[in-house]
Amino acid sequence: MLRRGLLLAATLMVFDVAHAGVLPEDRADVLYHLYDGGGVEIDGPSILVRKQVGKSLSFVGNYYVDMVSSASIDVITTASPYTEERKQWSLGMDYLRGNTTMRAGYTSSEESDYDAATYNFSVSQDMFGALTTLTLSYALGDDVVGKSNDPTFERQLDKQIYGIGLTQILTKNLISTVNFETMTDEGYLNNPYRSVRYFDSGSALGYSYESELYPNTRTSNALGIRARYFLPYRAAVEAEYRYFIDTWDVESHTAAITYIHPWKDFTFTGKFRYHDQTGAHFYSDLFSRAEATNFRGRDKELSPLTSYTFKLKAAYTFLNENQSWGFLKKGSVTASLDMLHIDFHDFSDLTALAPIGEEPLYKLDADVFQIFFSFWY
Amino acid sequence: MKNVFLAIGRILLPLLVIGGLSGCSNIEPWVKPYERDRLADPIMALDGDPVSTSYLQHVYESREGARGGEGAAGGGCGCN
Repeated sequence: MLRRGLLLAATLMVFDVAHAGVLPEDRADVLYHLYDGGGVEIDGPSILVRKQVGKSLSFVGNYYVDMVSSASIDVITTASPYTEERKQWSLGMDYLRGNTTMRAGYTSSEESDYDAATYNFSVSQDMFGALTTLTLSYALGDDVVGKSNDPTFERQLDKQIYGIGLTQILTKNLISTVNFETMTDEGYLNNPYRSVRYFDSGSALGYSYESELYPNTRTSNALGIRARYFLPYRAAVEAEYRYFIDTWDVESHTAAITYIHPWKDFTFTGKFRYHDQTGAHFYSDLFSRAEATNFRGRDKELSPLTSYTFKLKAAYTFLNENQSWGFLKKGSVTASLDMLHIDFHDFSDLTALAPIGEEPLYKLDADVFQIFFSFWY
Repeated sequence: MKNVFLAIGRILLPLLVIGGLSGCSNIEPWVKPYERDRLADPIMALDGDPVSTSYLQHVYESREGARGGEGAAGGGCGCN
């Protein structure tokens, strides 16, 4: 069950940041990713190839794999550790006509208990001497949720994303972008394996578990703003902010600041990101009794939490226009480490085996490592 | 806050449509093409590493309750 975020990830994988008047550069990327934290280890490759054909068409393809080994806190408290694999591929096309770029894409994701298909469309228009780019986008997701221990279990989930974005050159040194997205989900939104806990005086622990039950619809709105500024000594600083709210009463503020500093053939990046959110209205760490509410969940990602990420990234350009190898114009290798820390404000760490009501709050620390080679041709 | 979004949408959308329809030639670009050399520097690319960005966005969507609004790339980790 790696489904969460797939639709958005797929949508964005084939839609670069809006540049309507020119096609994206021809490039290929080979990436290895590793997530390690909270008893979960996920790694795998991601390969992206983009190639222009003629003057007005550009095609992009991506192949991505997640190999998961999980003994997370959710798994060890209510289930058994497991391993699984998700494979995803995407194809997309950009068509440039005048100052307008039209894009279409398709993504397919498969794992043992979840299949997803996503269709993306967008149109970008350059205006005012290419100072402004307006983008309208739409994505449709068609997912089928399964259950590994029940071959007859099959539920449908439909997703839609409507987006509008504006990229604006403000000065010779400053560029900004504003994006607004509305997403609607309709269908089976539960995780079929996850449980909630409730007071049960008949149990030795003082509590028992029952299946979670989510609403069948979710609508969310997100508004994001970013601005990047070129500093006088050839470096850049970026600030970003996102406001998010949904019909499950999750409301969040996310902010980040990034500093980019080139030095000789290297480019160094440092970033700090902050995220704070409220919990869903049907979330509870401990329900008062069985079937206490119409909807119920104990998904820690839907609980109130605050997360902090500190990122370090270094890129080395080993090939540039002056020393190209055959058809390759430029090449670089990049390594990055994102250190993620999450404080959960209402999710108890049951592995501490403390008396009911006295369990410490759970904290998650994870390292996200990436290394990738990029070639331009 | 939902009303704020509605209000923003009601004001912004007509402005964008009117702005687009009124003809781009009436507005003189205040940053000329020959003045955009700094903006063309790779360090100013809003998404210079699309594969990496999409991967990290997927990590955040798996670990947090929010999604979308970032406009750039999105790709992979587990939820349980």
